Amino acid sequence: MNKFWKDVKQYPTAIIGLILIALVVSLAIYAVITIPYNDAIVSWRGDEASTYRNPEKVPPVWTNLFRVDKLPEGFYNVISEEGAKDVEVIDNTTDGLMDITYNYSFEYIEDDFLQDLIIYMTAKYDEKQPFFELVLISPDGRERAVYNGSIEPVNRYRIYQDRALKKKLGVNPMIGLFATPETVRSDNPEVLDGTYILSIRVRGFEQDTIVTTEVVAHGQVHGIAGTDHMRRDISIALLWGTPIALMFGLIAAFGVSIITLTIAATGTWFGGWLDTLIQRITEVNMMLPFLPILIMVGTFYSRSIWLILGTVILLSVFSAAIKTYRATFLQVKQSTYIEAAQVYGASNSRIITRYMMPKIIPMLIPNLVLSIPVYVFLEASLAVLGLGDPTLPTWGKLIENAYSNGALWNGQYYWIVEPAVLLIITGFAFAMVGFALDRIFNPRLRAQ
Amino acid sequence: MTDKINKTNKMSPDSKRTLKRILKYSAIRLVSLFLTVMVGIFLTIMIANMGGYVDELVKGQVNENLMMRVANDPTYKVMTPERRKTFFQDQLELEYERLGLNQPFMVRSFRFLWNAMRMNLGSAQQMTSDSGSKQVKLIITERLAPSLLLMGTANLTLFFLAITVALTLSRKYGSRVDKFFISLSPLSSMPSWFYGIFFILLFSAVLKILPFSGMIDSPPPRTTGGYILSVLRHLILPASSLIISASFASIYSWRTFFLIYSSEDYVEMAKAKGLPSKLIKRRYILRPTLPTIITSFSLMMITMWMGALLTEKIFGWPGLGSVIVAAVGSFDTAVIVGTTIIYGYLLAITVFVLDFVYALVDPRVKVGQGGN
Repeated sequence: MNKFWKDVKQYPTAIIGLILIALVVSLAIYAVITIPYNDAIVSWRGDEASTYRNPEKVPPVWTNLFRVDKLPEGFYNVISEEGAKDVEVIDNTTDGLMDITYNYSFEYIEDDFLQDLIIYMTAKYDEKQPFFELVLISPDGRERAVYNGSIEPVNRYRIYQDRALKKKLGVNPMIGLFATPETVRSDNPEVLDGTYILSIRVRGFEQDTIVTTEVVAHGQVHGIAGTDHMRRDISIALLWGTPIALMFGLIAAFGVSIITLTIAATGTWFGGWLDTLIQRITEVNMMLPFLPILIMVGTFYSRSIWLILGTVILLSVFSAAIKTYRATFLQVKQSTYIEAAQVYGASNSRIITRYMMPKIIPMLIPNLVLSIPVYVFLEASLAVLGLGDPTLPTWGKLIENAYSNGALWNGQYYWIVEPAVLLIITGFAFAMVGFALDRIFNPRLRAQ
Repeated sequence: MTDKINKTNKMSPDSKRTLKRILKYSAIRLVSLFLTVMVGIFLTIMIANMGGYVDELVKGQVNENLMMRVANDPTYKVMTPERRKTFFQDQLELEYERLGLNQPFMVRSFRFLWNAMRMNLGSAQQMTSDSGSKQVKLIITERLAPSLLLMGTANLTLFFLAITVALTLSRKYGSRVDKFFISLSPLSSMPSWFYGIFFILLFSAVLKILPFSGMIDSPPPRTTGGYILSVLRHLILPASSLIISASFASIYSWRTFFLIYSSEDYVEMAKAKGLPSKLIKRRYILRPTLPTIITSFSLMMITMWMGALLTEKIFGWPGLGSVIVAAVGSFDTAVIVGTTIIYGYLLAITVFVLDFVYALVDPRVKVGQGGN
């Protein structure tokens, strides 16, 4: 064992690979511990409740490091009856007629405009709908009426999508409201920096009307990984994709290697019709169109990751490796120590597991490690074909979403590059270790 | 290789025997590959029909045909609605009986196998071919040419590129270039579509020098020359991503083959004789290694067909891969089964062609030792 480590140390790529594997594995453990499986699934479903604070298709915050003009981050503020931080409450309620104005002041000193400003309101009332007015007071003192209307029990008002306002301002409302008066109609509008006051006046016509408000501003950057077309935080899929990718790769690689080894050993030991049968199955299987059959299974039956994993293992077991192992086993079968074992009365299964299979381990281990990235990428490939498990957040799914939503065309490179980099790191880590192991265990060429 | 061809042209009795052996070897391979494909297609049918998909397909076809026939029948038009219903049902039962749809599962599956092997899969549910037909056979066959163009270009380039690099590296074993290439071998763990995405990002999105996707500009150029140029421009990225993803692995393993063969005694002997290194390379190392390389190339091409499927999707290349992806999108069962079958055939043909090349280059086949 010590010699083995000494050998490994001779290959710097193996060391780097091992470090990378350790990193990926700790990322997977971190993901599983910090985000429980159910939470990950729920937030990846992309319901309004879990995504309403996120902007749509924006790059991560750290990309600002490479920008001269920084993109703004979003913010939000929940305003209850009593008000909230940064909120001045003016209560003019008189005998049953509720009339409260919330003046939410926020500082806006940025190089660029917000993606959207959204007012979420929930109201409790019996018959008469409450009414609200929205006024924005700019740092230069201009007061502009933005919107007024009645409040449904659950209300969402998005300033960016307000057509009437756009018509009134003549430009995109986010620019119209936040640009300096001089530049608002130019090609390069500039932000009017300063403290804005968003004045929300709520009027209720019943005794116990309750209105809660949340102001959500969507920026143009979000979180450590950005967001996708459904406003989901990409970091969830990046994090949870790690354990899924590792699980798929490891289970498939170990499953295939061990089953292949057992079949090859058993077939060679018993010989005769069993051996012939295994040989014929292998020949047929090697000619089967692997991916189309997986596509067929995925479309006709189920896209569950377990079914796909099972099919992958089944289709990969009878591969060229069986032929290679068989050739070695045929030599091993002739060895004298096998004969000795037979003489002292060892059972068939004992000979196969104790005397034959260990002989092939040096060949098996590099192949096993090298096949892990193949299966990790296979999972991503299937997702790209639209055969990913519909509920799971995976790297391949991210790439597929990004690709089919035109991320490459629209310049949202972060969306594709982030999962791709994780795939590369994982693939490389195992491949580097695998190639080094190949040279350690099969030293035939080192002597030259 | 050249002197062998000369020999066969002259047709001496000796080379006639050689030719006979090659043909016999190829014929045996052809028959065994055909049987293999048959089993493969049968398995495909079984998998599809386990969920009753092939049954449904055939029944839908029968239903539609009968509906057409009955609707044109004047006696049918004067029947009462109830009578019509029973009449139709009876006819349908008869038709099922005639086509053997009431037979047991296994019998049915063999019947489907015969149809599937002839690509006789009826019409698609949603998709149409570019010429407007709904025939599955047409939808698939008209996409064959683009797929073959892409695979052909990629494979030929890859084969000669990898063989040259591998041979050169094996002569410079242990040098800095050699070490550099070997350290790049983990790059082959990434599939071709993955390179494709980065190529699109770099060459199409950022540098804007090559097209994003498709096979031809829209509208297509009028002149033949312009047409060919446009196709070539579109071919560069998908072909290079196929080549690059397979090249590092093949260079690595072929270099190993070359190293094994170049340590043989007869190479040392040739060196001792003072033969020029070019001659040693070609006659004493390349020749004996070729059969091994072709076997490995044959295995690699099977995986490459699968890689091409995804690469075609990423590049919007109008080949078989795009057909099957579109069929998955519209749940067109007949097209999915049909494409799976055609891929089976393509794999078999690929392997057969390489087997034939193998027979040409492997002296053991020619002199009749072993061979299979």
